[in-house]
Amino acid sequence: MTGFLARRLVGLGLTLFLASLVVFAVLEVLPGDPALLMLGVDARPDTLAALRAQMGLDRPVPVRYLAWIGGLLGGDMGVSHTYGVPVGDLVRDRLAVTVPLAALAILLSTAVALPLGMAAASRRGRPADYAVMAFSQLGVAIPNFWFGILLVLWLSVGLGWFDAGGFPGWSTGIGPALKALALPAFTLGLTEAAILARITRAAILDSLGEDYVRTARAKGLGPGAVMRRHVLRNALIPITTIVGLQFAFLLGGAIVVENVFFLPGLGRLLFQAISQRDLIVVKDVVMVMAALVVAVNLIVDVLYAVIDPRPKALP
Amino acid sequence: MKSSPLLIAAALLAAGALLPAGAAAQNRDRLVIGMQLEPPHLDPTAGAAAAIDEVTYSNLFESLTRIDARGEVVPGLAESWEVSPDGLTYTFKLRPGVKYHDGTGFDSADVKFALDRARGADSVNAQKGYFSAIGSVETPGPLTVAVTLTRPDGQFLFNMGSNDAAIVAPETAATNRQRPVGTGPFRFDRWVSGDRVVLARNPDFRDPAVPKLGEVVFRFISDPAAQLNAVRSGDVDAFPNIGATESLPVLEADRSFTVTVGTTEGETVLALNNARKPFDDVRVRRALAHAVNRQDVIDGAMFGYGTPIGSHFAPHRAGYVDLTGLYPHDPAKARALLAEAGYPDGIDAVIRLPPPVYARRGGEIIAAQLAGAGIRLRIEPMEWAPWLEQVFRGRDFDMTIVSHVEPLDIDIYDRPDYYFGYRSDRFGAVMDELSRTVEPDRRAALYGDAQRILAEDSVNVFLFQLPKAGVHKAGLTGLWENSPVPANDVTAVSWK
Repeated sequence: MTGFLARRLVGLGLTLFLASLVVFAVLEVLPGDPALLMLGVDARPDTLAALRAQMGLDRPVPVRYLAWIGGLLGGDMGVSHTYGVPVGDLVRDRLAVTVPLAALAILLSTAVALPLGMAAASRRGRPADYAVMAFSQLGVAIPNFWFGILLVLWLSVGLGWFDAGGFPGWSTGIGPALKALALPAFTLGLTEAAILARITRAAILDSLGEDYVRTARAKGLGPGAVMRRHVLRNALIPITTIVGLQFAFLLGGAIVVENVFFLPGLGRLLFQAISQRDLIVVKDVVMVMAALVVAVNLIVDVLYAVIDPRPKALP
Repeated sequence: MKSSPLLIAAALLAAGALLPAGAAAQNRDRLVIGMQLEPPHLDPTAGAAAAIDEVTYSNLFESLTRIDARGEVVPGLAESWEVSPDGLTYTFKLRPGVKYHDGTGFDSADVKFALDRARGADSVNAQKGYFSAIGSVETPGPLTVAVTLTRPDGQFLFNMGSNDAAIVAPETAATNRQRPVGTGPFRFDRWVSGDRVVLARNPDFRDPAVPKLGEVVFRFISDPAAQLNAVRSGDVDAFPNIGATESLPVLEADRSFTVTVGTTEGETVLALNNARKPFDDVRVRRALAHAVNRQDVIDGAMFGYGTPIGSHFAPHRAGYVDLTGLYPHDPAKARALLAEAGYPDGIDAVIRLPPPVYARRGGEIIAAQLAGAGIRLRIEPMEWAPWLEQVFRGRDFDMTIVSHVEPLDIDIYDRPDYYFGYRSDRFGAVMDELSRTVEPDRRAALYGDAQRILAEDSVNVFLFQLPKAGVHKAGLTGLWENSPVPANDVTAVSWK
C-alpha cells in the first residue's frame, strides 16, 4: 500500500507539472494584452506602459514562468490583475461556494440514485424498472441549465420560496447560504442522479449474474443479505468510479449552472478571468482544478483498495 | 402544540389578502440594485471600468464638482469657485466640516494630493488626459485650492466632476481598491466576491437628510435571463441598465414595475478604417452611410431602444445638431457613389465584431443591408481582448461596430494615432479653438461645427446613441434616468 501511494504521488506531481507547462504555454500564445483590456479604448501609451510594468508583463517569458511556479510551490498564488487582491483569497472565496455545491449535488444524487438503481435491478423487466429507466433517460436528456431556469421560474418567480440566485456568503449564516445553494445543487444533482442510477442498475445486474452470487444463494442466504454482503460490495467499484468522476466534473464543470443562478463559484471565476485576460487567475484556477481532480482520482484509487482488499497487480 | 394545516392555510390567505403580491414586506430602508458587470475593484482613480463608477460615484467618493442627473456641473466638495478672466486659474472654495469615512478630516491638502497623484508620472488614472492642462495646484488656505492651467480648458469643470477626479486621502489612496474610503453619504460595508457589494449609510455625513436609505446592495448578474428572473422574483429592486432589452416589454406591461429608457454617453458607430483602401475615399464612406438603414439596426439589434445619431455627439447635450438626414437610406445612390469611386462591381470587406449584443446583432443586420448595395461583408466575431489588440491597437480592420462610452469624447477624432485613421486639419482647428474656449454658447457652436465636419467626411457610419434601459419596482424614486456619466447615484433615492 505504501509503495502504491508513493508511486501515485509521484505521478500526481508529474501530472501537475505538465499541466503547468501547458497552461502557461497556451496563455502565452493567446492574444490580448491584459493591461490594455483594463484601461479600455481611451488608454494613452504612457499610462499603458506604467500599468504593464506594474503588472510585471515586461519581463521575459522564462522569468515569469519560474516566478509563477516558485510562488506556487511557496504557497503564493500571486495577485490578480483585475481585482488587485491575492489570488489565494479569491480562490478560497470561490471554493467556499463550489465545493459545498458539488458536495451537495453528489449527496443528493447518490441518495436518489443508489436506491433507484438497486430497486430497478432487483425488479428487472418489471414496471418499476421501466419507471427508473425512464427517469434516467429524461434526466440525462434535460439540459441542466434549462431545468435550472424552469426551477427558478416556478419556485422563485412564481412562488417566491427561493431567491432567483446569488450567494449571500457564509458570514450571513448556514441557513441562508444553504438556501441559496439548494436549487443549483438540485439542478446539478438531477443529471448526476440520472447517470448514476443507470450505472448502479447495470453494476448490480452484472454482479447478480456472477458465480459467487449463485453460491451465496445456494448457501441459503436471503435476497437482502445477498444484496448487502455480495452484490453491492462488488457493484460499488464502478459506482465509486463514476461518483469520483462526477465530483471532479462538478468542481470545474458547474459553470453553466453557476451562470443561471449567478453563483460566484470557481467555474465562473475562471470564465471571467479568461475574458478579462486576468492571466495569473486563469493559470492558478486551472492548477487548482487540476490538483482537485488528481486528488479525487487518488482518493477513488485508495477506496478501490478498501472496498476490494484482495491483493492484485496494481497499475 | 401542533399547528393545524387549516390554520396555516388561513394565515397564508389572510397575508395574501392584506399584502399585494410583490410588495410583501418591502424593506423601506434597503435598496438592491442589479448590475451587469462586477467592478474589478472600487478605486475610480485607477481604472476605466464603468462598473467602478456605477458603484462608487457620489455614493462613496466625491469630487470637487459634481455632475447631476441632467449632466450639469454643480458644486461637489467645492461649494463655489471662481475663474480668472484669462480662464487659467480656478479658485475653489471647499466645503467645511467634511470628513472621510475613517473619521479623518478633509482639507485642501487632500485635493492637492489627489490631483497631483492623478497627473503624476506613474499615475494609472484611466483619464489622465483630464489633468493634462494642470500646471500647478496650490493651497493658500485649508479650505481654498487654486488650480492653474497651462492652457484654457473649457471642459475642466466637467472633468473635475468625474469619478476619475475623486478626492482621496493620502493615508487611504493605496488601499481604496479593496477598502474604499471616501467622503460620500455611504461608506463601504462588505464585498462578497463575485456576488455583491454592500454600502451602508454614513452616519457622520455632513447633511443629516442625506442619504435616505440605510443600506444599498449592488448585485452582479451578467446573464440576461438571470437578470429578468432576479427582477421578477423581487430579488433586485432596480436594474438601471439591464442587458435583457428583449424582456422590457414584458416588464412594461406589469404595473408593479416601472420601465425607463434614457440615454447614455455611448455613441455606437460602424467604425471604418479611414487609412485603408477603399475606405480612404470619402465617396466609399458616403456610399456606406447611404446603404445603412439606422432604424432597422435599432429595431433589430436593440428591440427599438436607442436614438439615431448622424454624428459623434449625444443628442441630450448642449450643442447637439441633428444630422441624421444627411445620408438617407438609398441603396441605388450607394451603388452610384461606389461606381464613381471606381468600384462598379462593389467591394469585399471584413467586419470584426466585439461581443456586445449591439455589435453582434447589429453586424449581421448591417451585412445584409450592405449586400443590397453590392458590398459583400465577411463577419468575424471576436472576443474583447483580441478585438482591443488587433482592431483598436493594431488598427488591422476594415470595419467594426463599437460604442464609445466616454462623455463628450468627440476629440478622439483629433488624436493622431486613433484607430479610425482619420486626419483632418479642418477638424483639428475646431478642436483647438474649442479647447481654448470657455464661453458656453461659443462652445456649443464649435461642437456643432465639429459634428458637421465628421458627418460630411462620413468618417464612420453613425448609428445610434446607446440607450440606458432600466427597470425598477414601482414606488422607488430618485434614480437617474439618463447616464451623463457612468453612475448609480443613490444619494437621493427613496421608497414612496
